[in-house]
Amino acid sequence: MNRERLKEAVAEILPGVDAVIAYGQGFDAAHGEPCFVTKKEELEGLILNPLCEHNLASYLPSRKNKKTGVVVKGCDSRTIVQFLQEGLVKRENLVIIGVPCTGVVSAKKLARALDHQTVEEVRFEGETVIARTPRGEKRIALADVSPDKCRTCRYPTPLIYDVLVGEPIESDKDPAAVYDDVRELMGKSLEERKAYWEKEIGRCTRCYACRNACPLCVCQDSCIAETRDPHWQSQRSNLSEKMMFHFIHAIHLAGRCTECGECERACPMDIPLGKLKKKINMDMLDLFDYVPGIVCEDKPPLYTFKVEEKKIEEHEL
Amino acid sequence: MKREAGFIPKDGWNAFLASLAKRFNLYVPCREGETILFQPYHAESVICLDRPAASAPKGVIFPQSETLFSFELKKKAEDPRKVDVELKSEGAPQDTAIVALRPCDARGFSILDPVYMDVDPYYRSRREKTTIITLACPNPYPGCFCTSVESSPADKSGSDVLVTELDNGYFLEAVTEKGRTILDDNAIQDGAGYKEEAEGRQKAAHDRVKKAFSGGKKVKISQERLLSDEFWEETTAKCLSCGACTYLCPTCYCFNITDEQTVNRGERIRSWDSCMFPHFTLETSGHNPRTKKAQRFKQRVGHKFVYYPEQYGDLGCSGCGRCIRFCPISMEISKVVAKLSEEGEGSTKDAAEGARS
Repeated sequence: MNRERLKEAVAEILPGVDAVIAYGQGFDAAHGEPCFVTKKEELEGLILNPLCEHNLASYLPSRKNKKTGVVVKGCDSRTIVQFLQEGLVKRENLVIIGVPCTGVVSAKKLARALDHQTVEEVRFEGETVIARTPRGEKRIALADVSPDKCRTCRYPTPLIYDVLVGEPIESDKDPAAVYDDVRELMGKSLEERKAYWEKEIGRCTRCYACRNACPLCVCQDSCIAETRDPHWQSQRSNLSEKMMFHFIHAIHLAGRCTECGECERACPMDIPLGKLKKKINMDMLDLFDYVPGIVCEDKPPLYTFKVEEKKIEEHEL
Repeated sequence: MKREAGFIPKDGWNAFLASLAKRFNLYVPCREGETILFQPYHAESVICLDRPAASAPKGVIFPQSETLFSFELKKKAEDPRKVDVELKSEGAPQDTAIVALRPCDARGFSILDPVYMDVDPYYRSRREKTTIITLACPNPYPGCFCTSVESSPADKSGSDVLVTELDNGYFLEAVTEKGRTILDDNAIQDGAGYKEEAEGRQKAAHDRVKKAFSGGKKVKISQERLLSDEFWEETTAKCLSCGACTYLCPTCYCFNITDEQTVNRGERIRSWDSCMFPHFTLETSGHNPRTKKAQRFKQRVGHKFVYYPEQYGDLGCSGCGRCIRFCPISMEISKVVAKLSEEGEGSTKDAAEGARS
């Protein structure tokens, strides 16, 4: 990841856009943050390193009619492809700066690896993260603190871009391993899985960080979790309401979710929400041979209708 | 005379909790996976004192959702065309104690008190029945800024007992009459001799907290910037408009009231609401005065640092830093206040000084 080349690319497109969405340093050494660049002087604040964990494409549908530059990694670019499939953004209003990526840091996993100590400095040497805390310096393999999505990443190079900052990278990950975590969970009994999700989702505070961070949650103010008319959900803070909300969120993303992991990253309660969405995507792959966010001209399977689906056997009953 | 200070050796801490659990519904910070949350105490609770809990224990006194009353519609026997409404109130709260919350969490209650104590029987009855046994903060945590709001890692505000962890045990200081009752326990030794050591710890922690803005309670917010749409639009461009900041906050107190009803029966509930949500200000007419996130975030900061202080004479923020730590996009309220303050960067004063030099 080459920060200087990124700065040049941003500087070049800046005059022609309303803003460029890139990354800046977050509130401490262990966090990056989204950074909206509108002036040349702001370029110095940009960072480009594995702290660039967020999916900046999330901001694009709300800026559909504003010409916007955006920095995307391979995984994030799939969100843009999905947006284009669904007509949620206008291609002519986007200037996409692609960044090939070999993995980012999950701020949550890094905090765990550092035993939640205050992080004074973070630097990167190749595939190693070096973090300084009051207890001293610690070297950690990037792979050990990467979000789960990086471990099975098949698209390290953006699938759509106008400018590519860096050289394209080929994935060395096994495509068959993408859903290993889901298969492991599915190997458990129904009761065990129910207990697992009740424990995890029980922590939900209904803050909707998962929903708002999700690039493909586009119902916005009409979300079933809050509307009173129709009155789908009560405002009670109990397990059944929380489960209902998360299951609806997951099902609304069937065949649309690009598995960017924003829901899980945003959750302040550390709920493994990505797994729910991956389970449904795994089913979509089995049923429709479909992977979301790869080809702009594709139509998500649930946007189309065939009288007889090859792999759905109900018509033969 | 009741004791003012007590001491519990390290190996006596669990027995202390167990003895409290006999008298109170006890809430303690527990490890739930990687998250720390306040939960009802039981003998197997995995208690974690190393770092502040992810959410404030506000919900013990001001629950995320609570039934105000339940109702049932019943047809009148003599005239089935008419219905009677039968109302049922909830039972009275029981004696409760929260242990090992941080001083910023306890201060949160003293910020909620002036809002609710006189007017809200639900809050008042729980607050009066709850004993707050606070653990002085040994170390600031990323995002903490308690000293900037004139609080401190050993702030006693809102607490009944303040506990300071020492090398060999815990120093307990009674803050209120309720707290003195807690110290009146044979298992607790006299703590007078440990006061100095505890104060040393408290001061060291205080000095480690990063100062985010100056002026404390009297922080001067620039009216010009507070009223500038451009300032808020720029500041909130990255905000996702979720409620993580407000729901983890020890001082946010806004709520919604809804009737959650099936055909003939239901409950009127009060649940937390968040000024970050567009629905928060949606009026019955359909008009919404705060449709933009910039307007909503301005309200959140304005409420805590301008409007609440005008009404109650204190800041509406205890500096716990959760809204910074857990914000998915690292929105930093302390930095926003620093920028808003007249001593902050880009102020006219700075500009004038810049011109002179």
